[in-house]
Amino acid sequence: MFRISTCGVLPNVLVICNGMTVGAAPFRQQHSSPLESQYDRLYPGHIPTNPIQKALLAVGSGLAALQNPYRHDMVAVLGETTGHLALVRLRDQMKNDPEGSTILRERPRIRLSTLDLAHMATLPDGSFGREYLRFLEENRVTPDSRADVKFVDNEELAYVIQRYREVHDLLHTLLGMPTNMLEVAVKWFEAAQTGLPMCVLGATLGPLRLSSSRLQTLATSLGPWALRSGRRARCVLSIFYERRWDQSLEELREELDIEPPPLVVTATKEKAAANAETELVS
Amino acid sequence: MGKMAAPVRCVARRILRDCTRKVNVLSTNQATKSIYPANIIVCRFHSNDSEGKSTHFGYETVPEGEKAERVYKVFESVAQKYDVMNDAMSLGIHRIWKDTLLHIMNPLPGTRLLDTAGGTGDISKRFLDYTRSQHERQQRRGVRSQQTLSWQEISNDYSHNDEQGPVESTAVVCDINKEMLKVGKDKAENTGYSSGLSWVVGDAEELPFADDHFDVYTIAFGIRNVTHIEQALEEALRVLKPGGRFMCLEFSKVSNPLLSRLYDAYSFQMIPVMGEVIAGDWKSYQYLVESIRNFPDQETFKGMIEDAGFFRVQYFNLTGGVVAIHSGFKL
Repeated sequence: MFRISTCGVLPNVLVICNGMTVGAAPFRQQHSSPLESQYDRLYPGHIPTNPIQKALLAVGSGLAALQNPYRHDMVAVLGETTGHLALVRLRDQMKNDPEGSTILRERPRIRLSTLDLAHMATLPDGSFGREYLRFLEENRVTPDSRADVKFVDNEELAYVIQRYREVHDLLHTLLGMPTNMLEVAVKWFEAAQTGLPMCVLGATLGPLRLSSSRLQTLATSLGPWALRSGRRARCVLSIFYERRWDQSLEELREELDIEPPPLVVTATKEKAAANAETELVS
Repeated sequence: MGKMAAPVRCVARRILRDCTRKVNVLSTNQATKSIYPANIIVCRFHSNDSEGKSTHFGYETVPEGEKAERVYKVFESVAQKYDVMNDAMSLGIHRIWKDTLLHIMNPLPGTRLLDTAGGTGDISKRFLDYTRSQHERQQRRGVRSQQTLSWQEISNDYSHNDEQGPVESTAVVCDINKEMLKVGKDKAENTGYSSGLSWVVGDAEELPFADDHFDVYTIAFGIRNVTHIEQALEEALRVLKPGGRFMCLEFSKVSNPLLSRLYDAYSFQMIPVMGEVIAGDWKSYQYLVESIRNFPDQETFKGMIEDAGFFRVQYFNLTGGVVAIHSGFKL
């Protein structure tokens, strides 16, 4: 993925203008003033786009993601350009929840730099933190691999979708699903919970790549469980995970109203069986 | 880069030119014709040092020393997908533009070409194809006109068969960006163009070649990225042999208002989107369409080429003015 960070080249020159909503793209716009860039207006990495560009981006990124599912940046762009209504709904849900509104105020980020992995390794088995660490190690993923938000034109909604991306891995732990074909189960849960069009798309297209035996497992046990839990559970974005590492996983599941998974799967067993399955992460 | 010291001769020439040009700007402004149109932001202060000067980078204004670095970063990130994006953005028409450049150039075998900002080497490859086919045509014409060759001509043919033509015409691809050259070199090797091409890293404002060296100088879609266009033009004059030809293929102003609006809509709506979807890079392609708008129009650029010292400067509009080929001679 090719990116430029203009912030790095012009260190003190960029002035981020808060609260400005940007409308149409510049048509024959004369030069901007020396200190103001059209980028990074609402948050670092923000690129303002008008509705036509958003529509084109949605179509283009959708096609690109379908054609090459390893283009995670395209899945991310699809999510950003199509998810406005769902994000507003999520944000309102978070606001109505006391813990969620704390999150919206404090804006925590889940990154390797903010996680204390050494401490989490000392936690007892069955605790949320320990299980999360185990998940990261077994599946060999890192929380830093999420794409930055670019095309959401509201600073708060941009944070909501960023939080959604970062919580995705935690969701794997909560649901007990490793990062392979059972990713589809996670996607179904997310689609039921968040209603993001990108999740719905992933949920509908994901099963197409499964073998028939797994499809059966999905249809009979995993699928209905995921949908049920997703609909019933408390909004997963409203949980302040960073303060709950010590909490036991069972207790957390109960609190969130998530049923325990119908079958226990480990990454190693699945890895042997799975091949060329896609990881539909945003 | 603005930080590199220009040769003394260039500096002296530039100072003289600036002094005389300031006078020209003042006088012609009053005569209602300005050399630079209003939408070019090139600030000229009275002191000639580059710290106070700023220039345009797309629609941003940046200090001059920064522009080269930022342009470098743009092309470093787009290099891998450069050709794919060209085809997508221009719907393949860029190939016709480049072929037209070669047809207007009409080089004979034995020509030495400098392809500045040559990047992925499109012009140089076409040049080699063209001269090779010209060479074959010459040979065929020679054979046709003389039914029976003399023994001398036959023996010449046997000894020089593989050395002439393809090796005589040489093309030097010069670019400031190593990534673009790397992509171009790999592409050339994969498609079988190894002889007759050299790949040189160099700055268009300060070329690493001797005076009076090349027969043709081309710069295709590169000159709008140069910080000091006049310096690039002067360097072009320097490295060309007397009788040599300067050719520039560049985006220019569309005169037809309807086409212009369609073109603007396409540029600003579709091209950055395509950049994001195909290459994962919105900002580089936003820079691209903005830099096109900031480039002087056909007549102004013609004036700049004449100022640099070229003669018989003319331009050809292609696709309604979307691109223009400017040509001038060093006499």
